[in-house]
Amino acid sequence: MRKEPLRIQQKHQIAKDTIEMVLQNNRVSKCAKPGQFIHLSVNGHTLRRPISIADVNKQAGTVTLLFKVVGKGTSALANLHVDEVIDGIGPIGNGFPIDRMQDSTVLLIGGGIGVPPLYYLGKELSKQGCQITAVLGFQSLNYVFYEEQFRQLGETVIVTEDGSYGLKGLVTAALPDKKQVDVFCTCGPVPMLKAVTSNLQGVPGYISMEERMGCGVGACFACIVPSNNEIGYKKICKDGPVFAVGEVIL
Amino acid sequence: MINTSIELPGLSLKNPIMPASGCFGFGREYSQFYDLGKLGAVMMKAATENMRLGNPTPRVTETESGMLNAIGLQNPGVHTIIEEEVPFLAQYDTCIIANIAGSTKEEYERVAYAFNDVKTVHALELNISCPNVTAGGVQFGTDHNIAAQVTMAVKKVSNKPVYVKLSPNVSNIVEMAKAVEAAGADGLSLINTLTGMQIHLPSKTPVLANKTGGLSGPAIKPVAIRMVYEVYEHVSIPIIGMGGVSTATDVLEFLLAGASAVAVGTANFQNPYVCPEIIDALPTVLKENGFRSVEDAIGKGHGI
Repeated sequence: MRKEPLRIQQKHQIAKDTIEMVLQNNRVSKCAKPGQFIHLSVNGHTLRRPISIADVNKQAGTVTLLFKVVGKGTSALANLHVDEVIDGIGPIGNGFPIDRMQDSTVLLIGGGIGVPPLYYLGKELSKQGCQITAVLGFQSLNYVFYEEQFRQLGETVIVTEDGSYGLKGLVTAALPDKKQVDVFCTCGPVPMLKAVTSNLQGVPGYISMEERMGCGVGACFACIVPSNNEIGYKKICKDGPVFAVGEVIL
Repeated sequence: MINTSIELPGLSLKNPIMPASGCFGFGREYSQFYDLGKLGAVMMKAATENMRLGNPTPRVTETESGMLNAIGLQNPGVHTIIEEEVPFLAQYDTCIIANIAGSTKEEYERVAYAFNDVKTVHALELNISCPNVTAGGVQFGTDHNIAAQVTMAVKKVSNKPVYVKLSPNVSNIVEMAKAVEAAGADGLSLINTLTGMQIHLPSKTPVLANKTGGLSGPAIKPVAIRMVYEVYEHVSIPIIGMGGVSTATDVLEFLLAGASAVAVGTANFQNPYVCPEIIDALPTVLKENGFRSVEDAIGKGHGI
C-alpha cells in the first residue's frame, strides 16, 4: 500500500451536491477492484476521506470517484480544480468477489451515495456475462445520477423518496421477485442494507458498508462492525468494506 | 553528524520517535508502508486482561485542527497480544513499549505481570488516562493518590520500567506527575487526549456514539507543550512527550520543553509515512537550531 498522487483530469457536478471526479494515476487504475475505496487527503483537514471507486479506465489510467458534498472536507475536495493533485492512499479494502458471480443474474441495489461503487461493479460483471438489474434509490429528482450509465448495463429502476422521479418510496418497494435473482450486491445507509437483506433473505448477497474512518488501513479500530466471528468484530476499512450477507451484524 | 540516539530506562532508542499508543495498532498495517525498524520504538495499542470490543460507532470525528475519538480500548486481550502481536513487532529492530490498561488495580497488576516473561517488550506504559471507558482508565488518572497506588502496585509486580501516561484532564498536572514519580514510576508519558464533544447539527445529538471523546491532533499541542514544560521542572524522571506532533520542528519544541523522546499519534492517519519522515528531517532541524544531538536539546527551553 502506498500514498499515490492523483491528478484531477475532469470534474463535474452531476447532481445536487454530487461531484464526479476523474483522477489520473496508472498504478491505482491498474489494481482497483469493484468495491474498493481511496482514502483522500484534504488540505487543512486532520482526517482523510474514504471515497469509493465508481469507475476505472485502465487504458487511460484513470479512476472515477463520486462523492456528495456534506461538510467542510468534501466541500474542500469539490473546490479543487482540474490539474490539481490529490494525495490518496489506495486502492484500499476487499471489494466484491466478482469471480464468484460469473454468468449469474445479479441484482444491484444502491441508495444515494452508495450507488457509485455499484457502477464499476456492474460494468465488470457485464463483461463476464452476468445479467444485471439495478434498483437505485435517491432522495428526489435533483439527486439522481448515472441513470443512463446503469441502463446500458441492464434493466434499471429509479426510486425517489418523494416520488419526484421514477417510483415513489424506498428501494425495498421496487425489488424484483427473489426467484429471479442469483446474487445481490448492495451499498447504502445501514437501515437500507438491513431492509434489503431481510427482503432478500435466502438469496446470496454482498453488502458494502461505510463508516467514519480514522486511519483507513486497519490500525485505529474506528470503523468497526459487530460480527459473529470468534473475535466479535470486523474492520470495515481492512476486512471490508464489502462483506457477505451474514458476515457482519447490521 | 547529529546524534539522535537517547538512553531511557529500559529503552536504547536509535532516535526519539515512536508512534503513540492507539494510533498504530500493533504495527502490522504500517509495516506495509515502511520498515518499522526505522522507528525508535513502538507504543502498542492498550492491552487489558481480556478481549474488549470497545464502544459503538461512530467512534471518530474530525474537529478544527484535530479529531475526537472514543474507541474504548478495543483490544484482543493481553495473552493474544503476547502470543500473536508481540512476535510480529519483535521481528523489527525497534523497542517495544506495551501500553497496559484495566478496570481495577488488580487487572492492571495482572496485565503488567503477563509481560514479565516477554523479553522482547522493553517497557510498560501505564494507561491511567483513557477518557473513553466507563470503568478504569481516567478514573485512575485524575486523583493523585489513586494514580500513585496503581503505579506502586504495577511496579511491585512488574520487572519492566514503567512509564505512566498522564491525563491532561486534571487541574494540577505537576501534582499528578510528582505523585507517580514518588510511587516509583521510571518515566512519564505526557499527554493523553483532552475530553471533548462535537454535536451533529442535522440530528442535534453528539456525533460520537459515546457522546464524549478524546481530542487529539495539532489542536492540543500547546497544551501538551505547557504540561511537559511544567512537569519537567518538578520531576527527575524522563518524559516522553506527545500531543499534536506532525513535524520534526514539533519534535524539537517538545525536546526544548523537556521531553526526552516524542510520540506521534493522530498524524499517522493523515500521513502513514509521518514517523520516518520526521526521523529523516530531525538531524537537520536540530543542526539548524544549534544542537549536536537530541540529548543536547532536552529541556533547553527552560533557559540556562
